[in-house]
Amino acid sequence: MAGLAGRMSTVFKSKISRMLDKSEDPGETLDYGYQKQVELLQNVKKGIADVVTSKKRLQMQSTKLEQSVVKLDTQARQAMSQGREDLARAALERKTVAQTELQSLDTQIKELETQQEQLTVNERKLRTKIETFRTKKEVIKAQYSAAEAQVKISEAANGVGEEMADLGLAIQRAEDKTENMRARAGAVEELEAAGTFDDITQLGAGQDDIDRELAQMGAGPQVDDELSKMKAELGSGGGDSPQLEQGKKEGA
Amino acid sequence: MIVRIAGEGQFRLPDEDAERLNDLDNRAVSAVDSGDEAGFRELWTQMLDLVKTDGQDLDGDELAESDVILPPRDMSFSEAKAEFTGEGLIPD
Repeated sequence: MAGLAGRMSTVFKSKISRMLDKSEDPGETLDYGYQKQVELLQNVKKGIADVVTSKKRLQMQSTKLEQSVVKLDTQARQAMSQGREDLARAALERKTVAQTELQSLDTQIKELETQQEQLTVNERKLRTKIETFRTKKEVIKAQYSAAEAQVKISEAANGVGEEMADLGLAIQRAEDKTENMRARAGAVEELEAAGTFDDITQLGAGQDDIDRELAQMGAGPQVDDELSKMKAELGSGGGDSPQLEQGKKEGA
Repeated sequence: MIVRIAGEGQFRLPDEDAERLNDLDNRAVSAVDSGDEAGFRELWTQMLDLVKTDGQDLDGDELAESDVILPPRDMSFSEAKAEFTGEGLIPD
């Protein structure tokens, strides 16, 4: 058995055998083994906490983007009702970018949530195994001769060790994934810093770098589509005005 | 036979399943060798299903080493290329 899973158990077995070699006295080995397991469990908890932190950060970003989408949409409508198609277009372009980022963020948040749940379940399993080990070590100490005990000890220790290695690998994979997400989140932050999702009324009818970039990002067809929809809505009568006012309040 | 699916726990399988699992494993190696990702996915899912349906979840108070450790369910095809080589996960 080679590969990922094989490597994983090999690494762990060598760690455990080093641990078991530490002492000639089985009782001491067992206590040391248990102490190590409890220490490693702390690392596992920290690993899970890191995943939760990454998720929260993404959630905050998602909330901010949602607000930007609402705000830009309201502004596009206001601009349109004032006959400023240029401003409306700029706002809609920004909205499209924000929406795309939002979708990708939400997918990532869902993925992290699933991972977090699985890790938590597995952490509970590991804790049960360590608890079992604790009970077993007292039995081994009381009932077996030194030679017999060594065999029982390595069985029990390898059992816990494998569980631990497995969870370690799962956390490693989750961390790798959040690393990728962090890079993505950083890119969104850069867009934010560049004012991509900013209040369009403060920028005016943009002819700045951001607008040129946005236009290049291919937001065009969707924007054209939305613009014509908006035109149709506004053209369909005065009934839309109260809604617009409402949207203005919400977006402010 | 005790089989672990990485990230999903340990399962006790009847010994007869070893042969079926080994057969799927060998076919998965061939699929990976010929770059057939869809074929590999199908066989890989069958392996996982076999372990989950036929296997009995190992109790929390059992401390046992697995005879076979299967990689995580969500492994990528490039990871699979590193796993499913030669005799596969289960040596013949």
